[in-house]
Amino acid sequence: MRRVVVTGMGIVSPLGVGVAHNWGRLTEGQSGITGIESFDVSDLPAKIAGQVPEGGGEDGGFSPDEWVSPKDQKKIDRFILLAIAAAEEAIREAGWAPTDEEALNRTGVMIGSGIGGLTTIDGASQVLHDRGPRRLSPFFIPSALINLASGHVSIRHGFRGPNHAPVTACSTGAHAIGDAARLIMFDDADVMVAGGAEAAIGRLGVAGFAAARALSTGYNDRPTEASRPWDRGRDGFVMGEGAGIVVLEELEHAKRRGAPIYAEVVGYGLSGDAHHITAPAADGNGGFRSMQAALKRAKLNPSDVDYVNAHGTSTPLGDEIEHGAVKRLFGDAAGSIAMSSTKSAIGHLLGAAGSVESIYSILAMKHGVVPPTLNLDDPSEGVSGINLVPKTAQEKKIRAALSNSFGFGGTNASLVFKQLDG
Amino acid sequence: MSDVAERVKKIVVEHLGVEEDKVVESANFIEDLNADSLDTVELVMAFEEEFGTEIPDDAAEKIQTVQDAIDFIKKSTEGA
Repeated sequence: MRRVVVTGMGIVSPLGVGVAHNWGRLTEGQSGITGIESFDVSDLPAKIAGQVPEGGGEDGGFSPDEWVSPKDQKKIDRFILLAIAAAEEAIREAGWAPTDEEALNRTGVMIGSGIGGLTTIDGASQVLHDRGPRRLSPFFIPSALINLASGHVSIRHGFRGPNHAPVTACSTGAHAIGDAARLIMFDDADVMVAGGAEAAIGRLGVAGFAAARALSTGYNDRPTEASRPWDRGRDGFVMGEGAGIVVLEELEHAKRRGAPIYAEVVGYGLSGDAHHITAPAADGNGGFRSMQAALKRAKLNPSDVDYVNAHGTSTPLGDEIEHGAVKRLFGDAAGSIAMSSTKSAIGHLLGAAGSVESIYSILAMKHGVVPPTLNLDDPSEGVSGINLVPKTAQEKKIRAALSNSFGFGGTNASLVFKQLDG
Repeated sequence: MSDVAERVKKIVVEHLGVEEDKVVESANFIEDLNADSLDTVELVMAFEEEFGTEIPDDAAEKIQTVQDAIDFIKKSTEGA
């Protein structure tokens, strides 16, 4: 089977624009969760979110005009805008700018989203209701469609290989990376731009997740303390927005052109809970089996893994179930791994979570530093036996890292990254 | 009525994101101003909005240049 490596990474997240900026803030223990000011939250139970900071240039803030012309911004929902920005960084870092037809035909794009253009759909629905069908923008549908993130990235860069977009709620970003890697393994492409993007922080999105009783509501006055995986005081997840995009590449292809190689994608496991639309199965067997499958594919034992980037959303049920599944799978090795939830700093990026967290996992391995689980003051009863990296980053040599993503509908994905020949 | 021409040009500049001096009467939206078919649909909607008129689809198809737009709008708003 052809081997696949990561040769470029790009992030736009609540910790800002760019991999370097993200990693600095993440390991310093900073939070990107703030009060929502861009729309009325007075009647919403959740009033905070992990929002991409505005700004531009050196400050790590996001300025749409830096990435897409004002004329074209109105043709795309924000999730596509964030995907375009993160993809630009990843492709630039990979140094992949082919001009010959064959190379362009062998480069594909697989960027998914959990929800897609929800805010655009909300706005268009109001136009239809208030002013009638003739006033609907011709760009409404293409700006909201999930696969248009892949579409726009392919059009901008001329990548004419496989063009695809997974939609698996909060597992989307992980599935995108895993599935894109397999397209390369199966020789459908040599290079894939892959990841997830999400921008569902609007009145409809927040109200919807709040209606499902999924969101934290008790920390509106202390936003940075709201996302607290495994802590007794946790009361739901905090919505986040952003995009994480990687460039995946066939190993020999990457070596031949001297591309930077950050990690190898060695393991990918998938499973379904077949249990409930929003709640994880109490025995955690879905997550257990996706991790197990990923390790099997990687031909690694649990003791070969040094870091787990948990799904860890800060919901009352999910955190402990995942913790239990990791403990059972790792057995004796559980005592020597570090496991953290970076959602404590950025919130839950839904369809972008798996890809942003994959990049954080790769960075942890590259730098030998485990990012912390913020706000973990007092772990829940039963949460013990694993180093959850409370509050402060830790130095640790990481040979292989595992990243978990679990989504509504009971869809699970686990990815294992390894240092090349490490 | 030159006012109509000015307003039409202003809308074209705003919606297509093109330089003002390129928006001459003879400019074809698609060939000269880099618009695609969806851009022209949106442009016609903007004209409707600005001039409070309705442009049926078969008439909209014939509006291909800045002058076409000015002519149609002048004609359709004359009686008003």
